[in-house]
Amino acid sequence: MDGPRSSIAKLLIVLWTLVILAFLYMPMFSVVLASFTKKRYFSFPITAWDTRWYEKAMASLSVRDLIATSLSVAVTVTIFSVVLGFCSALAFARYDWKGRKLFQKLILLPIFFPQAVLGLALLLWFSNIGIITSWKTAAFAHMIWIVPIVTLIMSIQVYSFDPALEEAAFDMGASRWQVLKEITLPILSPGIVSGAIFAFLLSWGNFPLSLFSTGADQTVPEWLYAKMVSGYTPMVPTLGSLTMGAAALMVILVYLGFQLRRLRRP
Amino acid sequence: MANNPAAPPRRTRLGEWLRQPGVLVALPTTLFLLVGFAGPLVIVVVYSFMPPRTFSMFQAPTLANFVSVVTDSYYISFFWSFALATVTVGLLLLVCYPIAYGMAKLFGKWANLVTVLVALPLLISENIRLFGWVLILLKNGILDGSLQIMFGLSIPSLLYTVPAIVLGLVYVYLPFMLFPLVIGLSMVPDSLKEAASDLGATRLQVFREVELPLAMPGILIGAMLTFILSLGSLAESKILGGQAVVMIADDIESAFTFAQNWPKGSVLSVMLIAFSGALIFIVFRRIDLDRIIGRR
Repeated sequence: MDGPRSSIAKLLIVLWTLVILAFLYMPMFSVVLASFTKKRYFSFPITAWDTRWYEKAMASLSVRDLIATSLSVAVTVTIFSVVLGFCSALAFARYDWKGRKLFQKLILLPIFFPQAVLGLALLLWFSNIGIITSWKTAAFAHMIWIVPIVTLIMSIQVYSFDPALEEAAFDMGASRWQVLKEITLPILSPGIVSGAIFAFLLSWGNFPLSLFSTGADQTVPEWLYAKMVSGYTPMVPTLGSLTMGAAALMVILVYLGFQLRRLRRP
Repeated sequence: MANNPAAPPRRTRLGEWLRQPGVLVALPTTLFLLVGFAGPLVIVVVYSFMPPRTFSMFQAPTLANFVSVVTDSYYISFFWSFALATVTVGLLLLVCYPIAYGMAKLFGKWANLVTVLVALPLLISENIRLFGWVLILLKNGILDGSLQIMFGLSIPSLLYTVPAIVLGLVYVYLPFMLFPLVIGLSMVPDSLKEAASDLGATRLQVFREVELPLAMPGILIGAMLTFILSLGSLAESKILGGQAVVMIADDIESAFTFAQNWPKGSVLSVMLIAFSGALIFIVFRRIDLDRIIGRR
Protein backbone atom coordinates (compact mmCIF):
# COMPACT_ATOMS: atom_id res chain seq x y z
CA MET A 1 0.00 0.00 0.00
CA ASP A 2 2.98 2.29 0.48
CA GLY A 3 4.06 4.33 -2.47
CA PRO A 4 4.20 7.88 -3.75
CA ARG A 5 0.41 7.90 -4.10
CA SER A 6 -0.29 7.04 -0.49
CA SER A 7 2.25 9.54 0.83
CA ILE A 8 0.52 12.27 -1.17
CA ALA A 9 -2.79 11.10 0.29
CA LYS A 10 -1.27 11.25 3.75
CA LEU A 11 -0.02 14.79 3.18
CA LEU A 12 -3.45 15.86 1.92
CA ILE A 13 -5.12 14.42 5.01
CA VAL A 14 -2.71 16.30 7.28
CA LEU A 15 -3.29 19.55 5.37
CA TRP A 16 -7.05 19.10 5.45
CA THR A 17 -6.94 18.50 9.23
CA LEU A 18 -4.96 21.72 9.70
CA VAL A 19 -7.42 23.66 7.54
CA ILE A 20 -10.39 22.39 9.58
CA LEU A 21 -8.63 23.16 12.87
CA ALA A 22 -8.06 26.72 11.63
CA PHE A 23 -11.74 26.81 10.63
CA LEU A 24 -12.71 25.80 14.19
CA TYR A 25 -10.67 28.54 15.84
CA MET A 26 -11.18 31.37 13.34
CA PRO A 27 -14.48 32.67 14.79
CA MET A 28 -13.11 32.74 18.33
CA PHE A 29 -10.08 34.63 17.12
CA SER A 30 -12.40 37.10 15.37
CA VAL A 31 -14.32 37.75 18.59
CA VAL A 32 -11.10 38.56 20.45
CA LEU A 33 -10.00 40.82 17.58
CA ALA A 34 -13.32 42.67 17.65
CA SER A 35 -13.15 43.21 21.40
CA PHE A 36 -10.13 45.53 20.97
CA THR A 37 -11.66 47.79 18.38
CA LYS A 38 -12.37 51.40 19.21
CA LYS A 39 -15.36 51.94 16.96
CA ARG A 40 -18.86 51.29 18.13
CA TYR A 41 -19.68 49.14 15.09
CA PHE A 42 -17.20 46.56 13.93
CA SER A 43 -15.50 46.90 10.55
CA PHE A 44 -12.39 45.29 9.17
CA PRO A 45 -9.51 46.16 8.86
CA ILE A 46 -9.46 47.63 12.34
CA THR A 47 -8.08 51.16 12.25
CA ALA A 48 -8.16 52.13 15.90
CA TRP A 49 -7.43 49.84 18.83
CA ASP A 50 -8.72 50.31 22.33
CA THR A 51 -9.23 48.47 25.60
CA ARG A 52 -11.90 50.75 27.00
CA TRP A 53 -14.66 48.14 26.52
CA TYR A 54 -12.80 45.90 28.92
CA GLU A 55 -12.64 48.68 31.50
CA LYS A 56 -16.36 49.30 31.05
CA ALA A 57 -17.19 45.60 31.38
CA MET A 58 -15.11 45.30 34.54
CA ALA A 59 -16.81 48.32 36.09
CA SER A 60 -20.35 47.40 35.05
CA LEU A 61 -22.64 46.18 37.81
CA SER A 62 -24.97 44.39 35.41
CA VAL A 63 -22.03 42.39 34.05
CA ARG A 64 -21.23 41.37 37.61
CA ASP A 65 -24.81 40.23 38.08
CA LEU A 66 -24.67 38.16 34.90
CA ILE A 67 -21.44 36.51 35.96
CA ALA A 68 -22.76 35.84 39.47
CA THR A 69 -25.88 34.15 38.05
CA SER A 70 -23.89 32.07 35.57
CA LEU A 71 -21.46 31.05 38.32
CA SER A 72 -24.22 30.03 40.72
CA VAL A 73 -25.80 27.85 38.05
CA ALA A 74 -22.52 26.29 36.93
CA VAL A 75 -21.25 25.52 40.45
CA THR A 76 -24.57 23.93 41.49
CA VAL A 77 -24.66 21.88 38.30
CA THR A 78 -21.06 20.73 38.78
CA ILE A 79 -21.56 19.50 42.33
CA PHE A 80 -24.76 17.57 41.64
CA SER A 81 -23.64 16.23 38.27
CA VAL A 82 -20.40 14.82 39.66
CA VAL A 83 -22.20 12.93 42.44
CA LEU A 84 -25.01 11.62 40.22
CA GLY A 85 -22.66 10.99 37.29
CA PHE A 86 -20.25 9.01 39.47
CA CYS A 87 -23.02 6.68 40.66
CA SER A 88 -24.47 6.16 37.22
CA ALA A 89 -21.04 5.65 35.63
CA LEU A 90 -20.55 2.72 38.01
CA ALA A 91 -23.95 1.40 36.95
CA PHE A 92 -23.06 2.04 33.30
CA ALA A 93 -19.65 0.39 33.16
CA ARG A 94 -18.61 -1.30 36.40
CA TYR A 95 -21.36 -3.62 37.59
CA ASP A 96 -23.09 -6.33 35.66
CA TRP A 97 -26.79 -6.24 36.37
CA LYS A 98 -30.03 -7.13 34.69
CA GLY A 99 -31.33 -4.10 32.85
CA ARG A 100 -27.92 -2.51 32.32
CA LYS A 101 -28.09 -2.48 28.49
CA LEU A 102 -31.43 -0.68 28.67
CA PHE A 103 -30.11 1.75 31.29
CA GLN A 104 -27.11 2.58 29.06
CA LYS A 105 -29.38 3.58 26.21
CA LEU A 106 -32.05 5.39 28.21
CA ILE A 107 -29.55 7.53 30.07
CA LEU A 108 -28.16 8.83 26.76
CA LEU A 109 -31.54 10.03 25.47
CA PRO A 110 -31.35 13.52 27.07
CA ILE A 111 -28.04 14.20 25.27
CA PHE A 112 -29.65 13.69 21.88
CA PHE A 113 -32.79 15.55 22.77
CA PRO A 114 -33.38 18.99 21.17
CA GLN A 115 -32.40 21.32 23.99
CA ALA A 116 -34.76 24.17 23.19
CA VAL A 117 -37.69 21.74 23.28
CA LEU A 118 -36.45 20.25 26.54
CA GLY A 119 -36.25 23.76 28.02
CA LEU A 120 -39.85 24.48 27.01
CA ALA A 121 -41.07 21.13 28.31
CA LEU A 122 -39.44 21.96 31.64
CA LEU A 123 -41.09 25.38 31.64
CA LEU A 124 -44.51 23.68 31.34
CA TRP A 125 -43.51 21.20 34.04
CA PHE A 126 -42.37 23.90 36.49
CA SER A 127 -45.42 26.09 35.92
CA ASN A 128 -47.75 23.11 36.49
CA ILE A 129 -46.05 22.11 39.72
CA GLY A 130 -46.13 25.75 40.80
CA ILE A 131 -42.38 26.44 40.87
CA ILE A 132 -41.31 29.95 39.89
CA THR A 133 -38.38 29.82 37.49
CA SER A 134 -35.05 31.31 38.59
CA TRP A 135 -31.37 30.38 38.34
CA LYS A 136 -32.15 27.33 40.48
CA THR A 137 -34.57 25.88 37.93
CA ALA A 138 -31.98 26.65 35.25
CA ALA A 139 -29.44 24.57 37.17
CA PHE A 140 -31.99 21.74 37.29
CA ALA A 141 -32.56 22.04 33.54
CA HIS A 142 -28.81 21.99 32.80
CA MET A 143 -28.36 18.87 34.90
CA ILE A 144 -30.79 16.85 32.78
CA TRP A 145 -28.46 17.32 29.85
CA ILE A 146 -25.15 17.38 31.73
CA VAL A 147 -25.55 14.40 34.10
CA PRO A 148 -25.70 11.96 31.14
CA ILE A 149 -22.64 13.59 29.55
CA VAL A 150 -20.69 13.39 32.82
CA THR A 151 -21.80 9.75 33.15
CA LEU A 152 -20.41 9.03 29.71
CA ILE A 153 -17.08 10.75 30.42
CA MET A 154 -16.63 8.97 33.74
CA SER A 155 -17.68 5.63 32.23
CA ILE A 156 -14.69 5.71 29.91
CA GLN A 157 -12.46 5.80 32.99
CA VAL A 158 -14.54 3.17 34.80
CA TYR A 159 -14.25 0.72 31.89
CA SER A 160 -10.47 0.68 32.34
CA PHE A 161 -10.78 0.12 36.10
CA ASP A 162 -9.91 -3.37 37.33
CA PRO A 163 -12.59 -4.65 39.76
CA ALA A 164 -10.04 -7.14 41.15
CA LEU A 165 -8.44 -4.26 43.08
CA GLU A 166 -11.69 -3.65 44.98
CA GLU A 167 -12.15 -7.35 45.62
CA ALA A 168 -8.61 -7.67 46.95
CA ALA A 169 -9.32 -4.85 49.43
CA PHE A 170 -12.56 -6.53 50.51
CA ASP A 171 -10.68 -9.81 51.04
CA MET A 172 -8.19 -8.02 53.26
CA GLY A 173 -11.07 -6.91 55.46
CA ALA A 174 -11.72 -3.35 54.27
CA SER A 175 -15.23 -1.99 54.74
CA ARG A 176 -17.31 -0.80 51.79
CA TRP A 177 -16.66 2.85 52.74
CA GLN A 178 -12.89 2.24 53.07
CA VAL A 179 -12.76 0.61 49.64
CA LEU A 180 -14.58 3.58 48.12
CA LYS A 181 -12.28 6.10 49.83
CA GLU A 182 -8.95 4.30 49.45
CA ILE A 183 -9.31 2.43 46.16
CA THR A 184 -12.20 3.43 43.94
CA LEU A 185 -12.15 7.24 44.26
CA PRO A 186 -8.35 7.72 43.91
CA ILE A 187 -8.15 5.50 40.83
CA LEU A 188 -11.14 7.12 39.18
CA SER A 189 -10.16 10.69 40.12
CA PRO A 190 -8.92 11.74 36.64
CA GLY A 191 -12.32 10.81 35.23
CA ILE A 192 -14.05 12.67 38.05
CA VAL A 193 -12.00 15.83 37.44
CA SER A 194 -12.62 15.71 33.68
CA GLY A 195 -16.32 15.19 34.35
CA ALA A 196 -16.38 18.18 36.69
CA ILE A 197 -14.64 20.45 34.14
CA PHE A 198 -17.06 19.45 31.42
CA ALA A 199 -20.02 19.93 33.76
CA PHE A 200 -18.86 23.41 34.77
CA LEU A 201 -18.00 24.70 31.32
CA LEU A 202 -20.99 23.15 29.51
CA SER A 203 -23.27 24.73 32.07
CA TRP A 204 -21.43 28.04 31.90
CA GLY A 205 -21.83 28.20 28.13
CA ASN A 206 -25.29 26.72 27.76
CA PHE A 207 -27.90 28.86 26.05
CA PRO A 208 -30.91 26.86 24.78
CA LEU A 209 -31.75 25.33 28.15
CA SER A 210 -31.27 28.59 30.05
CA LEU A 211 -33.42 30.55 27.61
CA PHE A 212 -36.69 29.17 29.00
CA SER A 213 -35.73 28.16 32.52
CA THR A 214 -34.07 31.17 34.16
CA GLY A 215 -37.17 33.30 34.65
CA ALA A 216 -36.18 36.80 35.74
CA ASP A 217 -32.49 35.88 36.16
CA GLN A 218 -30.16 36.12 33.19
CA THR A 219 -26.99 34.17 32.41
CA VAL A 220 -24.07 35.45 30.32
CA PRO A 221 -24.99 33.44 27.15
CA GLU A 222 -28.59 34.68 27.35
CA TRP A 223 -27.45 38.28 27.60
CA LEU A 224 -25.03 37.82 24.68
CA TYR A 225 -27.81 36.35 22.55
CA ALA A 226 -30.24 39.13 23.44
CA LYS A 227 -27.67 41.76 22.47
CA MET A 228 -26.72 39.97 19.24
CA VAL A 229 -30.32 39.79 18.06
CA SER A 230 -31.18 43.38 19.00
CA GLY A 231 -29.38 46.28 20.64
CA TYR A 232 -25.80 45.41 19.75
CA THR A 233 -23.10 46.81 22.02
CA PRO A 234 -19.31 46.36 21.74
CA MET A 235 -19.57 44.76 25.15
CA VAL A 236 -20.65 41.56 23.31
CA PRO A 237 -17.20 40.65 21.95
CA THR A 238 -15.63 41.92 25.17
CA LEU A 239 -17.68 39.73 27.49
CA GLY A 240 -17.33 36.88 24.98
CA SER A 241 -13.53 37.21 25.04
CA LEU A 242 -13.48 37.38 28.83
CA THR A 243 -15.44 34.15 29.22
CA MET A 244 -13.27 32.44 26.60
CA GLY A 245 -10.17 33.57 28.45
CA ALA A 246 -11.50 32.27 31.75
CA ALA A 247 -12.37 28.88 30.20
CA ALA A 248 -8.92 28.62 28.60
CA LEU A 249 -7.25 29.47 31.91
CA MET A 250 -9.27 26.82 33.71
CA VAL A 251 -8.41 24.12 31.18
CA ILE A 252 -4.71 25.02 31.29
CA LEU A 253 -4.62 24.95 35.10
CA VAL A 254 -6.28 21.53 35.22
CA TYR A 255 -3.90 20.23 32.56
CA LEU A 256 -0.91 21.47 34.59
CA GLY A 257 -2.42 19.85 37.68
CA PHE A 258 -2.60 16.50 35.88
CA GLN A 259 1.01 16.84 34.70
CA LEU A 260 2.19 17.68 38.22
CA ARG A 261 0.39 14.65 39.62
CA ARG A 262 2.07 12.43 37.05
CA LEU A 263 5.51 13.85 37.91
CA ARG A 264 5.02 13.36 41.65
CA ARG A 265 4.12 9.74 41.23
CA PRO A 266 7.09 7.39 41.84
CA MET B 1 -22.31 -9.74 46.66
CA ALA B 2 -25.61 -10.32 44.93
CA ASN B 3 -25.30 -14.06 45.43
CA ASN B 4 -24.39 -13.95 49.09
CA PRO B 5 -24.99 -17.51 50.33
CA ALA B 6 -25.68 -16.33 53.87
CA ALA B 7 -28.70 -14.32 52.74
CA PRO B 8 -32.14 -15.64 53.74
CA PRO B 9 -33.29 -17.99 50.97
CA ARG B 10 -36.80 -16.75 50.18
CA ARG B 11 -37.14 -13.23 48.89
CA THR B 12 -39.27 -11.65 46.19
CA ARG B 13 -37.68 -11.38 42.77
CA LEU B 14 -38.01 -7.60 42.78
CA GLY B 15 -36.28 -7.39 46.14
CA GLU B 16 -33.45 -9.55 44.85
CA TRP B 17 -33.06 -7.44 41.74
CA LEU B 18 -33.01 -4.25 43.82
CA ARG B 19 -30.18 -5.59 45.98
CA GLN B 20 -27.69 -5.77 43.14
CA PRO B 21 -25.02 -3.05 43.56
CA GLY B 22 -25.50 -2.01 39.94
CA VAL B 23 -29.18 -1.27 40.54
CA LEU B 24 -28.41 0.72 43.68
CA VAL B 25 -25.97 3.05 41.93
CA ALA B 26 -28.28 3.38 38.91
CA LEU B 27 -31.17 4.47 41.10
CA PRO B 28 -30.36 8.15 41.91
CA THR B 29 -29.86 9.21 38.29
CA THR B 30 -32.82 7.15 37.13
CA LEU B 31 -35.11 8.86 39.65
CA PHE B 32 -33.68 12.26 38.73
CA LEU B 33 -34.30 11.70 35.03
CA LEU B 34 -37.80 10.36 35.69
CA VAL B 35 -38.67 13.63 37.44
CA GLY B 36 -36.70 15.97 35.18
CA PHE B 37 -36.94 14.30 31.77
CA ALA B 38 -39.79 11.77 31.56
CA GLY B 39 -42.19 13.98 33.55
CA PRO B 40 -41.89 17.06 31.33
CA LEU B 41 -42.23 14.91 28.20
CA VAL B 42 -45.50 13.46 29.47
CA ILE B 43 -46.75 16.99 30.19
CA VAL B 44 -45.92 18.09 26.64
CA VAL B 45 -47.82 15.12 25.22
CA VAL B 46 -50.81 15.89 27.47
CA TYR B 47 -50.78 19.56 26.44
CA SER B 48 -50.77 18.64 22.77
CA PHE B 49 -54.30 17.24 23.24
CA MET B 50 -55.67 20.28 25.09
CA PRO B 51 -57.92 22.86 23.37
CA PRO B 52 -55.95 25.66 21.62
CA ARG B 53 -54.75 28.60 23.71
CA THR B 54 -55.45 27.05 27.09
CA PHE B 55 -53.07 26.96 30.00
CA SER B 56 -54.68 24.22 32.07
CA MET B 57 -54.12 20.55 31.41
CA PHE B 58 -57.33 19.17 32.87
CA GLN B 59 -59.80 19.58 30.02
CA ALA B 60 -61.44 17.28 27.52
CA PRO B 61 -58.78 16.08 25.08
CA THR B 62 -59.08 17.20 21.47
CA LEU B 63 -57.21 16.71 18.21
CA ALA B 64 -57.77 20.32 17.15
CA ASN B 65 -54.09 21.27 17.45
CA PHE B 66 -52.90 18.39 15.31
CA VAL B 67 -55.44 19.32 12.65
CA SER B 68 -54.47 23.00 12.67
CA VAL B 69 -50.73 22.18 12.50
CA VAL B 70 -51.19 19.83 9.56
CA THR B 71 -53.46 22.22 7.64
CA ASP B 72 -51.39 25.30 8.46
CA SER B 73 -48.14 26.24 6.73
CA TYR B 74 -45.90 24.52 9.27
CA TYR B 75 -44.80 22.02 6.65
CA ILE B 76 -42.53 24.80 5.34
CA SER B 77 -40.48 24.99 8.51
CA PHE B 78 -40.43 21.19 8.79
CA PHE B 79 -39.19 21.06 5.22
CA TRP B 80 -36.42 23.59 5.93
CA SER B 81 -35.35 21.82 9.10
CA PHE B 82 -35.13 18.44 7.36
CA ALA B 83 -33.41 19.90 4.29
CA LEU B 84 -30.82 21.82 6.31
CA ALA B 85 -30.19 18.85 8.61
CA THR B 86 -29.70 16.52 5.62
CA VAL B 87 -27.28 18.89 3.90
CA THR B 88 -25.40 19.38 7.18
CA VAL B 89 -24.98 15.63 7.75
CA GLY B 90 -23.81 15.10 4.16
CA LEU B 91 -21.24 17.90 4.38
CA LEU B 92 -20.04 16.73 7.80
CA LEU B 93 -19.47 13.19 6.50
CA LEU B 94 -17.34 14.56 3.66
CA VAL B 95 -15.42 16.99 5.89
CA CYS B 96 -14.83 14.62 8.82
CA TYR B 97 -14.13 11.29 7.14
CA PRO B 98 -10.54 12.07 6.03
CA ILE B 99 -9.73 13.61 9.42
CA ALA B 100 -11.23 10.67 11.28
CA TYR B 101 -9.23 8.30 9.07
CA GLY B 102 -6.07 10.26 9.86
CA MET B 103 -6.80 10.23 13.59
CA ALA B 104 -7.57 6.51 13.66
CA LYS B 105 -4.78 5.28 11.37
CA LEU B 106 -2.12 7.87 10.54
CA PHE B 107 -1.48 10.49 13.20
CA GLY B 108 -0.28 8.19 16.00
CA LYS B 109 0.28 10.17 19.17
CA TRP B 110 -0.69 13.42 17.42
CA ALA B 111 -4.25 12.11 17.28
CA ASN B 112 -4.64 12.97 20.97
CA LEU B 113 -3.67 16.56 20.31
CA VAL B 114 -6.19 16.82 17.47
CA THR B 115 -8.87 15.34 19.77
CA VAL B 116 -8.18 17.97 22.42
CA LEU B 117 -8.10 20.81 19.88
CA VAL B 118 -11.44 19.75 18.39
CA ALA B 119 -13.05 19.22 21.81
CA LEU B 120 -11.96 22.51 23.42
CA PRO B 121 -14.31 24.79 21.43
CA LEU B 122 -17.22 22.73 22.81
CA LEU B 123 -16.49 24.33 26.16
CA ILE B 124 -17.11 27.80 24.74
CA SER B 125 -20.69 28.99 24.43
CA GLU B 126 -22.22 28.30 21.02
CA ASN B 127 -23.43 31.90 20.89
CA ILE B 128 -19.95 33.35 21.16
CA ARG B 129 -18.60 31.11 18.42
CA LEU B 130 -21.51 31.87 16.11
CA PHE B 131 -21.03 35.56 16.79
CA GLY B 132 -17.46 35.11 15.51
CA TRP B 133 -18.97 34.03 12.19
CA VAL B 134 -21.19 37.11 12.19
CA LEU B 135 -18.02 39.24 12.42
CA ILE B 136 -16.42 37.29 9.58
CA LEU B 137 -19.40 37.33 7.20
CA LEU B 138 -20.64 40.85 7.94
CA LYS B 139 -20.59 43.59 5.28
CA ASN B 140 -17.19 45.25 5.90
CA GLY B 141 -16.48 42.26 8.12
CA ILE B 142 -13.31 40.20 8.22
CA LEU B 143 -13.87 38.25 4.99
CA ASP B 144 -15.15 41.24 3.03
CA GLY B 145 -12.45 43.55 4.42
CA SER B 146 -9.63 41.09 3.66
CA LEU B 147 -10.81 40.60 0.08
CA GLN B 148 -10.97 44.37 -0.40
CA ILE B 149 -7.39 44.80 0.80
CA MET B 150 -5.94 41.84 -1.10
CA PHE B 151 -7.88 41.89 -4.36
CA GLY B 152 -9.79 45.13 -4.21
CA LEU B 153 -13.11 43.39 -4.71
CA SER B 154 -16.15 43.79 -2.56
CA ILE B 155 -18.60 40.94 -2.01
CA PRO B 156 -22.21 41.15 -0.92
CA SER B 157 -22.82 40.22 2.70
CA LEU B 158 -23.16 36.46 3.18
CA LEU B 159 -24.83 36.96 6.51
CA TYR B 160 -28.54 36.12 6.87
CA THR B 161 -28.56 33.61 4.02
CA VAL B 162 -29.27 29.88 3.90
CA PRO B 163 -25.59 28.94 3.25
CA ALA B 164 -24.64 30.92 6.36
CA ILE B 165 -27.00 28.76 8.43
CA VAL B 166 -25.51 25.57 6.94
CA LEU B 167 -22.03 26.89 7.72
CA GLY B 168 -23.08 27.50 11.32
CA LEU B 169 -24.60 24.02 11.67
CA VAL B 170 -21.53 22.31 10.16
CA TYR B 171 -19.28 24.39 12.37
CA VAL B 172 -21.10 23.80 15.66
CA TYR B 173 -21.80 20.08 15.21
CA LEU B 174 -18.47 19.01 13.66
CA PRO B 175 -17.13 17.30 16.83
CA PHE B 176 -20.32 15.24 17.13
CA MET B 177 -19.62 13.73 13.71
CA LEU B 178 -15.84 13.49 14.02
CA PHE B 179 -15.54 11.60 17.32
CA PRO B 180 -18.00 8.78 16.49
CA LEU B 181 -16.29 8.40 13.09
CA VAL B 182 -12.88 8.08 14.77
CA ILE B 183 -14.24 5.37 17.08
CA GLY B 184 -15.90 3.62 14.14
CA LEU B 185 -12.77 3.69 11.97
CA SER B 186 -10.50 2.51 14.77
CA MET B 187 -12.71 -0.58 15.02
CA VAL B 188 -11.54 -1.61 11.51
CA PRO B 189 -8.52 -3.93 11.85
CA ASP B 190 -5.69 -3.08 9.41
CA SER B 191 -4.96 -6.78 8.91
CA LEU B 192 -8.38 -7.28 7.35
CA LYS B 193 -7.84 -4.51 4.80
CA GLU B 194 -4.39 -5.86 3.95
CA ALA B 195 -5.83 -9.34 3.54
CA ALA B 196 -8.48 -7.98 1.20
CA SER B 197 -5.95 -6.15 -0.98
CA ASP B 198 -3.61 -9.17 -0.98
CA LEU B 199 -6.50 -11.17 -2.37
CA GLY B 200 -6.72 -8.70 -5.23
CA ALA B 201 -9.35 -6.19 -4.09
CA THR B 202 -8.99 -2.68 -5.49
CA ARG B 203 -8.78 0.35 -3.18
CA LEU B 204 -12.41 1.15 -3.84
CA GLN B 205 -13.43 -2.43 -3.11
CA VAL B 206 -11.50 -2.47 0.17
CA PHE B 207 -13.22 0.79 1.12
CA ARG B 208 -16.69 -0.38 0.17
CA GLU B 209 -16.55 -4.01 1.24
CA VAL B 210 -14.32 -3.86 4.35
CA GLU B 211 -13.84 -0.38 5.78
CA LEU B 212 -17.35 1.05 5.44
CA PRO B 213 -19.30 -1.92 6.86
CA LEU B 214 -16.96 -2.31 9.83
CA ALA B 215 -16.95 1.41 10.61
CA MET B 216 -20.74 1.59 10.19
CA PRO B 217 -21.67 1.79 13.92
CA GLY B 218 -19.57 4.95 14.27
CA ILE B 219 -20.88 6.43 11.02
CA LEU B 220 -24.47 5.74 12.07
CA ILE B 221 -24.05 7.30 15.51
CA GLY B 222 -22.35 10.38 14.06
CA ALA B 223 -24.98 10.83 11.37
CA MET B 224 -27.88 10.30 13.76
CA LEU B 225 -26.43 12.64 16.37
CA THR B 226 -25.71 15.50 13.98
CA PHE B 227 -29.03 15.06 12.17
CA ILE B 228 -31.05 15.27 15.39
CA LEU B 229 -29.03 18.16 16.76
CA SER B 230 -29.39 20.13 13.51
CA LEU B 231 -33.10 19.34 13.31
CA GLY B 232 -33.74 20.86 16.74
CA SER B 233 -31.27 23.74 16.46
CA LEU B 234 -32.31 27.28 17.30
CA ALA B 235 -29.31 29.59 17.65
CA GLU B 236 -27.74 28.96 14.21
CA SER B 237 -30.77 30.01 12.19
CA LYS B 238 -31.46 32.99 14.44
CA ILE B 239 -27.93 34.39 14.71
CA LEU B 240 -26.60 33.60 11.22
CA GLY B 241 -29.88 33.26 9.32
CA GLY B 242 -31.78 36.28 10.56
CA GLN B 243 -35.16 36.00 8.84
CA ALA B 244 -33.87 33.91 5.90
CA VAL B 245 -35.72 30.77 6.94
CA VAL B 246 -37.78 29.70 9.92
CA MET B 247 -36.74 26.37 11.37
CA ILE B 248 -39.02 24.18 13.44
CA ALA B 249 -37.45 25.12 16.78
CA ASP B 250 -38.20 28.78 15.95
CA ASP B 251 -41.86 27.91 15.42
CA ILE B 252 -41.99 25.99 18.69
CA GLU B 253 -40.40 28.88 20.54
CA SER B 254 -42.75 31.50 19.13
CA ALA B 255 -45.83 29.32 19.76
CA PHE B 256 -44.85 29.17 23.41
CA THR B 257 -43.73 32.79 23.82
CA PHE B 258 -45.27 35.37 21.45
CA ALA B 259 -48.38 33.42 20.46
CA GLN B 260 -48.97 32.11 24.00
CA ASN B 261 -50.42 28.95 22.48
CA TRP B 262 -48.95 26.18 24.58
CA PRO B 263 -51.00 23.34 23.04
CA LYS B 264 -49.84 24.26 19.54
CA GLY B 265 -46.20 24.49 20.63
CA SER B 266 -46.66 21.10 22.31
CA VAL B 267 -47.95 19.50 19.12
CA LEU B 268 -44.93 20.74 17.18
CA SER B 269 -42.64 19.51 19.95
CA VAL B 270 -44.33 16.10 19.99
CA MET B 271 -43.82 15.76 16.23
CA LEU B 272 -40.14 16.66 16.52
CA ILE B 273 -39.68 14.36 19.52
CA ALA B 274 -41.47 11.47 17.82
CA PHE B 275 -39.28 11.72 14.77
CA SER B 276 -36.02 12.06 16.71
CA GLY B 277 -37.07 9.24 19.03
CA ALA B 278 -37.81 6.91 16.13
CA LEU B 279 -34.43 7.65 14.59
CA ILE B 280 -32.61 7.04 17.89
CA PHE B 281 -34.52 3.79 18.34
CA ILE B 282 -33.61 2.50 14.89
CA VAL B 283 -29.92 3.30 15.32
CA PHE B 284 -29.64 2.09 18.92
CA ARG B 285 -31.09 -1.30 18.02
CA ARG B 286 -28.14 -1.92 15.75
CA ILE B 287 -25.28 -1.05 18.10
CA ASP B 288 -23.69 -2.30 21.31
CA LEU B 289 -22.47 0.53 23.55
CA ASP B 290 -20.09 -1.66 25.59
CA ARG B 291 -18.17 -2.43 22.44
CA ILE B 292 -17.99 1.18 21.28
CA ILE B 293 -17.23 3.04 24.51
CA GLY B 294 -15.47 0.31 26.47
CA ARG B 295 -13.75 -1.29 23.45
CA ARG B 296 -14.50 -4.66 24.95
